[in-house]
Amino acid sequence: MNADETRTLLARLLRGIAPEVDLDTVDPGAPLQEEAELDSMDFLNLVNALYDETGIEIPERDYPRIATVEGFVGYVSALSTTA
Amino acid sequence: MPSLGADMEAGTVLEWRVQPGDTVHRGDIVAVVDTEKSTIEVEVFEDGVVEELLAAPGDELPVGAPLARIAAAPAAPAPDRRPARAPAGTPRRKHAEAKPARTGTPRRTRPAARRSPAEAARSRAAPRAPRPPGAAPVRASPLARRRAAERHVDLADIAGSGPGGAVVAADLDRAPSDGERAPGTPSEAAEPGTPAAADEEREDRQAAMRHAIGALMARSAREIPHYHLATTIDLSAALTWLTAANERRSVAERLLPGALLLKATARAAIEVPAVNGFWVDDAFQAAPAVHLGVAVALRGGGLIAPALHDADRLTLDELMSALRDLVGRARAGRLRSSEMSDPTLTVTNLGEQGVEEVHGVIYAPQVALVGFGRVTDQPWASQGMLGVRPTVRATLAADHRVSDGLVGARFLNALDHLLQSPEDL
Repeated sequence: MNADETRTLLARLLRGIAPEVDLDTVDPGAPLQEEAELDSMDFLNLVNALYDETGIEIPERDYPRIATVEGFVGYVSALSTTA
Repeated sequence: MPSLGADMEAGTVLEWRVQPGDTVHRGDIVAVVDTEKSTIEVEVFEDGVVEELLAAPGDELPVGAPLARIAAAPAAPAPDRRPARAPAGTPRRKHAEAKPARTGTPRRTRPAARRSPAEAARSRAAPRAPRPPGAAPVRASPLARRRAAERHVDLADIAGSGPGGAVVAADLDRAPSDGERAPGTPSEAAEPGTPAAADEEREDRQAAMRHAIGALMARSAREIPHYHLATTIDLSAALTWLTAANERRSVAERLLPGALLLKATARAAIEVPAVNGFWVDDAFQAAPAVHLGVAVALRGGGLIAPALHDADRLTLDELMSALRDLVGRARAGRLRSSEMSDPTLTVTNLGEQGVEEVHGVIYAPQVALVGFGRVTDQPWASQGMLGVRPTVRATLAADHRVSDGLVGARFLNALDHLLQSPEDL
């Protein structure tokens, strides 16, 4: 997945968890959990949905690296191109 | 109509899942009901055969009114007709046992759903006037009913634009009040199904939920002599254990810190039973099981606290999986009636919102509320050494009619103690 595809995937996964959030209005450098009002259960569901869709399993210690939209897109697209 | 929480006064039948003649078993979902707070799946509490449905989809009924008649299974002996009875241990309120007036039926009838202590206490606090005989029920949203009462408008005179012709609040805004009625006034109603109507419905729901929460909390603040205690708990053992446990787990099996806090709370409630139960008829009723009410914030505002059943007996994995299911269904509006009526002790975790501690208001008729704040790193002195530890502020709001600060302190100490040995939770 390139960055655009990853971003599209994130937007889709997020719709299943926080339908009212429009990814285009989220500051890509700001903490996603705050921007989209995700609690820890929502965030776990997001990581879980990513795994179900792509097989990519993000360990808990890497959660800080996917905490923003920028971080998520960079982390996931890098992983899926090397895999 | 079962009480689906102490703040519920009435519910609207949306759908039947059974028909007369169907055999039902305890726990089966028989109907779907809409309340001010959520859409709820109603479970049946008896085995038997559905004889008759007493309400149609769209009917709004007060709590305690019968929804259906269920006869005991045909194989069972048919004793003399007896009044519908509440299950053992549940206080009865005669005025709310609105049985259908029916004669000549040899089989005994039973309410389709049991009365919970929450319901008994609620109906005691606010007895309802019975509907005048012969008056056709008008379909209307709870908010519309309130507005109509405030403005002295008869709902029967309003053309409803909601589902099934139900009167919604917006219909009242278009209606003249207090006798200056003009039946020919052109309607500027938002067409049902348009985005405007959907927005209106959402606003209606939010206003109704705010009203329901407000009414219950006002009653709690008025009637319950609260006392509040707080303590800071060192979470380093719990979080270190959790990080290691999650390393070995797949994404779907990962535990959240909240699961540990809930499990420890449930176990502490077993050790200090005075926080777990109900205040009913001027006396404390200890609950035989720990059903934790889990406060779930809803997207778009509002709050609902459904029960995590038997939380003390679930393993951490079972509890986590039940919690995911419960939170998901709470947000999707698919809770079950027992989850709404059963909580024996409510837990609110506001740490996610960034606050350090919460001084809660008890959900009457429960007698305590446990609050958790944000996990923060704090300087911590232990065994003569100063270090930095992750900590959480745990608070207890409890009912002075049932317990004193000493008992509440024992509860918080038990909670702290349990969280120091996470592997035993």
